[in-house]
Amino acid sequence: MAEGSIAGVAAGLAAEDRIAVASNWKLVWWRFKRHHLALFCAGLLIALYMIVLCPDFFSTQNPETTDARQAFIPVQSVHLFDDGKFSPWVPAIVGKRHPVTLRMEWQADPSRKVPVRFFTPGPVYQVFGLFESRLHLIGPADPTQRIFLLGSDRLGRDQWSRIMHGTQTSMTVGLVAVALSVILGVVLGGLSGYLGGKTDQVIQRVIELLQSVPTIPIWLALSAALPRDWTPIQVFFAITVILSLVGWTTLGREVRGRFLALREEDFVLAARLAGCSRMRIILRHMVPTFLSHIIATSSLAIPVMIINETSLSFLGLGIRPPAISWGVLLQEAQNIQTLALAPWLLIPGVVVIVAVLAFNLVGDGLRDAADPYSG
Amino acid sequence: MTRYITQRLLLLPFLLLIYSFVIFVVIQAPPGDFLTSYVATLSASGSSMSAEQIQALRHSYGLDQPFVVQYGLWLKNLLQGDLGLSLEYQRPSADLISEQLGLTLALALFSFVLTWAIAVPAGIYSATHPRSIIDHVLTVVNYVGVATPNFMLALILMWAAFAYFDISVTGLFSPDFVDAPWSIARVLDLLAHIWLPALVLGIAGTARLSRIMRANLLDELNKPYVVTARAKGMKEWRLVLRYPVRLALNPLISTIGWYLPALFSGSLIVATVMNLPNIGPLLLRALINRDMYLAGGILLIYSFLTIVGTLLSDILLALVDPRIRVEN
Repeated sequence: MAEGSIAGVAAGLAAEDRIAVASNWKLVWWRFKRHHLALFCAGLLIALYMIVLCPDFFSTQNPETTDARQAFIPVQSVHLFDDGKFSPWVPAIVGKRHPVTLRMEWQADPSRKVPVRFFTPGPVYQVFGLFESRLHLIGPADPTQRIFLLGSDRLGRDQWSRIMHGTQTSMTVGLVAVALSVILGVVLGGLSGYLGGKTDQVIQRVIELLQSVPTIPIWLALSAALPRDWTPIQVFFAITVILSLVGWTTLGREVRGRFLALREEDFVLAARLAGCSRMRIILRHMVPTFLSHIIATSSLAIPVMIINETSLSFLGLGIRPPAISWGVLLQEAQNIQTLALAPWLLIPGVVVIVAVLAFNLVGDGLRDAADPYSG
Repeated sequence: MTRYITQRLLLLPFLLLIYSFVIFVVIQAPPGDFLTSYVATLSASGSSMSAEQIQALRHSYGLDQPFVVQYGLWLKNLLQGDLGLSLEYQRPSADLISEQLGLTLALALFSFVLTWAIAVPAGIYSATHPRSIIDHVLTVVNYVGVATPNFMLALILMWAAFAYFDISVTGLFSPDFVDAPWSIARVLDLLAHIWLPALVLGIAGTARLSRIMRANLLDELNKPYVVTARAKGMKEWRLVLRYPVRLALNPLISTIGWYLPALFSGSLIVATVMNLPNIGPLLLRALINRDMYLAGGILLIYSFLTIVGTLLSDILLALVDPRIRVEN
């Protein structure tokens, strides 16, 4: 018993030592790890960004392939086992024309199985524009066949593959827009807090003006002002700039507050006496002390950007077809008749909700972990 | 107090002037003008216009003037209460806007009232019963509510109502009342329809406010004055409502400043999806058709509402919390 308690005390001391010498980032990581939900969501986000890196690998076919004879095909869910053996398949879809409306009505027929394979060759695609590949995560065993894991839209395009490509656009918009906001927020907020005086006054008034702007109407007006003949890439960057134009203000304020508090600290004075340039003091000495806060705040800003992009594109003033984003996909679900006929067109919206939830939970976990010395 | 309010009111015209310039730049920015898109629509439908006709029209609308002159003209008319002619509808923009403005305000304000009516009691309940089932349910609703885009919620509700109950939940009136003159029956019909879009619009705000209320109240409930009152034998619900709730409400009131304006501009998306009479869809159409005076007028109205919303909340906060009453 006595030995056990001594060992326990020793272990406790060792743990204390570990904490005492751990770097700031290690402490943040240890605290973050305690949030199991946040950790799970972080995994989910990593998976989503894998899709961003190479959406074609996860697709089953080209997202632009249209076929009017295969419009509004319902979801073909994947079954992993056949007769107790591992042999994945999806039910075949059989169509019948409705005698009155003459519309094709599709029925899943579980008795006719279409075998599917994992890591199977399919349509050729480019990886990072560098080399070609035929490998897909999942695809029909017979490459000439088409399967619709999440159904098809009014033009017979495969929704699963389109969601994979939409993920690439929408997740990137969020990331790039927040990156721009962070740069603007840190530089302008930093200058405002560090220089004070007139600069501070001007930047603060600009922030107040931007924050009292009716955001959604102004975003719409700005997006409507983009020339119609721009390429999807140009539109994409313009939209991210528009979104970050308002987004940086919150961060700018926060950074300014931090700078005001830090300006009088001894280490800043020491750096100034040592002859560091202004930019070096800001970027090398001051920013690292609240970097974890910036990261936590920006991870909470990404989902807001994603929702905004989705809403803009949904209204037809954001990312424009032929580019694919979650909002563009949801445009297909705009009227109630289509929805009643093909409710699976709402699935991209579910993806949006899951992604935003994941970002929010990870952001909350990071925010709690960002200050490892409290609590 | 009066001085503070007058100061803020005096600032209002300057802010509007800055906004009017920014708005004019934005609506003027795209290449081409209303006539370009009008001619494109005409040629798409098979008819056409001669170059002289287009030039004459452009001249009569003042679209051939330099930017500064156009802005000056617009501003001059604005000061006389004239928002300009809607080129698409060939009617004064002010008329088009005022037709929809009442219902736009009604939706935002109703949504605001609904939000508070749900959020405050929910927050009080979860603070006094922490870790109860309802508290956990509210936590989940909070996360999902904040993560769901407004239009998505509207789409899901519309689809569910259509697919399972075979009813249409679009619009703010039953078909009989759409064009009817105002009467008690019409108001009742409006109330029967407005709560759903108002709820859709306010769900994220409701979730967030109830969480703020819960956190504030939990902080207050541990304070000594609550223990004292309890020790003196005060009835629990009376005690909670009388002191800590009042204190916990203050930070909530300071959120009105961004929440009310957010409701005005957020109603744009919900109104477009649910097909409501609102200046939002009108703006969307005007922007797409390059109907610049109508778009500019609506953007100005939105800016005005945003500034007034912020001002109202600042005044309210100063009234409720003596510590904030600005003397400096």
